[in-house]
Amino acid sequence: MEKTAILILIPFIAALTQLFVPRKYGKRFAVGASLLTFIVALVTFCGFPSSGDYQYVTNVTWIQSLGINFHVGMDGISMLLVLLTTFLVPLIVLSVVQSETRTPVFYSLILFMEFALIGVFTSLDGFLFYVFWELALIPIYFICLLWGGERRASVTLKFFIYTLAGSLFMLVGLVFLYLHTPGSHTFDIDALYKAGRALDLRSQVYLFIFFFLAFGIKMPVFPLHTWQPDTYTEAPTQGTMLLSGIMLKMGIYGVIRWILPVLPLGIAQCGSYVMWLAIIGVIYASIIAITRSDIKRLIAYSSIAHVGIIAAGIFFVSSENGLNINGVQGAMLQMLAHGVNVVGLFFIVDIIQRRTNTRKIASLGGLRLKAPFFATAFIILTLGAVALPLTDGFVGEFLLINSIYMFNPIMAVLGGLTIILGAVYMLRMYQRVVLGEPSVETENFFDLTLNEKAVLIPLLIMVILIGVCPNIFLKVSEPAVRKLLTGF
Amino acid sequence: MKDIIQQVAVLLPLFPLAGFIIIGLLNKRLSRTLAGLIACGALLASFIVAFIIFENVSPQGTEVHVMDWINAGNFTASFSFLLDPLSSIFLLIITGVGFLIHVYSVGYMHDDDNQNIFFAYLNLFIFFMLMLVMGNSYLLMFVGWEGVGLCSYLLIGFWFKNKSYNDAAKKAFIMNRIGDLGFLIGMILIFKTFGSTDYKTVFSQANGFFSGQGVITSITLLLFIGAMGKSAQIPLYTWLPDAMAGPTPVSALIHAATMVTAGIYMVARSGVLYALAPISMTVVAITGAITLVFAATIALTQNDIKKVLAYSTVSQLGYMFLGLGVGAFSASVFHVMTHAFFKALLFLAAGSVIHGLHGEQDIRKMGGLKSKLPITYIVFFIGTLAIAGIPPFAGFFSKDDILAHAYASSPVYYVIGLLGAIMTSFYMFRLLFLTFFGEFRGGDKIHPHESPKVMTVPLMVLALLSTIGGFLGVPEVLGGSNRIDKFLEPVFKPAQEKMLGGEGSAPEMALMVVAVIAAVVAIWYAYKKYIQDKEVPAPEGQRIPALQKVLYNKYYVDEIYSAVITKPLDKISGFLESIVETRFIDSIVNKTGTLVNWVGGLLRYLQSGNVDFYIFVMVVGVVLMIFFKMM
Repeated sequence: MEKTAILILIPFIAALTQLFVPRKYGKRFAVGASLLTFIVALVTFCGFPSSGDYQYVTNVTWIQSLGINFHVGMDGISMLLVLLTTFLVPLIVLSVVQSETRTPVFYSLILFMEFALIGVFTSLDGFLFYVFWELALIPIYFICLLWGGERRASVTLKFFIYTLAGSLFMLVGLVFLYLHTPGSHTFDIDALYKAGRALDLRSQVYLFIFFFLAFGIKMPVFPLHTWQPDTYTEAPTQGTMLLSGIMLKMGIYGVIRWILPVLPLGIAQCGSYVMWLAIIGVIYASIIAITRSDIKRLIAYSSIAHVGIIAAGIFFVSSENGLNINGVQGAMLQMLAHGVNVVGLFFIVDIIQRRTNTRKIASLGGLRLKAPFFATAFIILTLGAVALPLTDGFVGEFLLINSIYMFNPIMAVLGGLTIILGAVYMLRMYQRVVLGEPSVETENFFDLTLNEKAVLIPLLIMVILIGVCPNIFLKVSEPAVRKLLTGF
Repeated sequence: MKDIIQQVAVLLPLFPLAGFIIIGLLNKRLSRTLAGLIACGALLASFIVAFIIFENVSPQGTEVHVMDWINAGNFTASFSFLLDPLSSIFLLIITGVGFLIHVYSVGYMHDDDNQNIFFAYLNLFIFFMLMLVMGNSYLLMFVGWEGVGLCSYLLIGFWFKNKSYNDAAKKAFIMNRIGDLGFLIGMILIFKTFGSTDYKTVFSQANGFFSGQGVITSITLLLFIGAMGKSAQIPLYTWLPDAMAGPTPVSALIHAATMVTAGIYMVARSGVLYALAPISMTVVAITGAITLVFAATIALTQNDIKKVLAYSTVSQLGYMFLGLGVGAFSASVFHVMTHAFFKALLFLAAGSVIHGLHGEQDIRKMGGLKSKLPITYIVFFIGTLAIAGIPPFAGFFSKDDILAHAYASSPVYYVIGLLGAIMTSFYMFRLLFLTFFGEFRGGDKIHPHESPKVMTVPLMVLALLSTIGGFLGVPEVLGGSNRIDKFLEPVFKPAQEKMLGGEGSAPEMALMVVAVIAAVVAIWYAYKKYIQDKEVPAPEGQRIPALQKVLYNKYYVDEIYSAVITKPLDKISGFLESIVETRFIDSIVNKTGTLVNWVGGLLRYLQSGNVDFYIFVMVVGVVLMIFFKMM
């Protein structure tokens, strides 16, 4: 069997098996299974050929009459996202604090989620992509609904309907493309690409809007974002990590895979509007983040800002400076960086909440004094989030702002405000939470446990590794990005 | 010759980086002495390497490739170093002065619980500072640039329990970030224009541009925004006085001798570009001129020993930018060097005073320390003479070099510079007299004591450098050969050649005499006021004349910034969240949901289960279809 299929199967089988594992061993099993997936992904990544073509392809007929195949494989773009997913999931599982409520179903849902996510990132068939896309929604829905905070029911329902509505538009778009494939029609990715490009401007614009609704809600891009802060805040920590660390990348991946190569005329026509929305969102979300009193909400808004820069950097194919390879490559790297940072930061929030029973910035303080290791981990993740050079946030953000500048300098300057505003809200929060004298709530704060270190240290290593050696990752996705933008 | 540089260059930043990692990871597991030894040892090793490089540097510079960094699309950047006369001088200053300050810190931080972390941060700072000046591209300069900003943040807020210190740290970082955005955009424009951010590519292609071309002007102005932030020029200077919250060695190293001169390095390094942008040169000169007077006036009335020195630093940086703006690149770099000597000296001596008074920084509570801290007194006196521009101390030569060039460019610049020099002499001697002369005003409880050798020896070395450092640049009118100018000539020659119009000449000898006389008069005035009349600044809360009050409150700039930027930003944030987000955007989303529900409710009537209705609809449908078919 090819590696791609193996990568999809391991978490799937594990998710099923998990249900029969005794509760006592639940976490261990889930960690083991997700680690195994990661090792397979890592081995695949290390031996990944420098080519823009799909590798490790499995193509099995699924529904012959409709031209639907179980067609999976990876190019460099998929590879990086699979790597990110498989890297983060074991850490997310590891971050679970075992208790009565964390039943086998909880772990099973996380593993099922991993299965669906890998499926999304490796599908080479439009219908299969849609199926995985929707499959990914189910586990996260239950994770949020069953283990979330007080307002979980209404918030989760809104999130579910909002994203589902978006993906229905995508389904319509995919079917439209399907109907424009020659002969007896097929959902094969290359055929859909070809069909899309042959469309006239009008159809491309409609399709662009349809796809954008699906992907824009998922990321989310301003003003489609209002489900996000509530959902991130109400979801249990692992749910927030899955949503922010991996699931929002589905939206960005969707743009790269299903808009950029398919709708060149549509992008030329509408791309700049989306870019403006994204830039507005960067400033808008950053400013809102400044005065948030709940740390989790603050990070949720900061995530909108970070994603805004990524969105703005990928919604054009070429500028006077040539093809937008820099921008898409920047987006690839920034997806990794954002995944690492945001998962780390949400874990930090989780630690604070568990120790102090509060996430209110005003009630905290003095953690540096009580827990130096914790404070160090926190500052490193913060620096990554504010894109300090030699941390993971910098290279991607630089490449993105750079390419936005090539498209429109004013957008770049406005988007660049994120480096100032980001410092404002992150450092303000860090100061009030970590520095100063301890408060009543933080009086008994203790430093990181072994388990917590096991989650944070790999993330911290990645913060530095991506910042210092971005080429390890960039070189894997570059041929694929180049091929995607130049067409075939 | 080149081979040696190729072999050793990479070690230079590696020593302090290793120091940071070792001390940072082991932290409390290292003994305090060992941590200090590692940190100082790393700096000494770097200094030796810097010296080897300085001795062997070739006029055209040597490039050393370490490793690739970013390859994405048509953007490439690597970790590579450029070692030429300009960077080698900065390397010597950074590692040399840095080493002395590290040694001093062993004494100064002796009683601090977190001494080890302090040294780790200092080492990290040196690493980034070296990256800043060694990098062969704007991108690497930016790496160092932001990195030193981080260390500055960490060290200003080193005593993290104190809220106002943390505020100062945060302010420094954010204000620098404003400048950094300018730098970032400027760098992107450089990449767009030249296809690379490597100095070599950029400067060689710059030949193809004509003087005053818009894009070059934009680039240089954008870069200068970055310089204004890092080097604390108007309007981005207010962080530097606040930065004095950090331990005094930090003030000496980062906020006087090295980091704040990064802006000067950047403009000097980009000399070729600035030479092609006369408008930018004028902006640089005017910003420098205004800042140097503005900051000097504030320094006249401050009562915190470190605040006086801080505003003095802002003012001296203004001199350097004035020099750059009138095309006197090497004079400015010369002043960077002498300033590093005497300002590090003054800060460390001030630190020795503070140390001896157990943390007291208010000069109104000092006085008469001459006899109690004799060594500190002598070295502080030397530093004061140097900054006041009294020959033959170091500041005299570098300042007069700048003033002479300023005169040649426009007498107005000279007059401003002279005005600044007069004020400098006054406030520095005011500081000296109030601190060391007269009676001790600190009460009976405090018993001032001289600092230990580990602190005084670095002071003596710096005092020596402040005394003789100026001889590197003795001008020709005084029979010297201005060696530093000759040394830097290969770096700045292309820029000098591009500048429009030959420089006017200046009556150098006369200017020097005027400057010295002016300084001496100012000193005499300070002597009369604070020694003969025994005046002491009014205590807090007492009414003082309006003008003095405005100066004492630093022209209320902080208050203005807070009212115009900080507070409105908070208000907007609240408004966006509570009104736009909740009442507008989210409400539309929810209304859409309600609408769908409502439509769904309507559609429900269609599925009523009433067969008659179904048939009716079907018939209507068929009729319509036939109707359309016939059309």
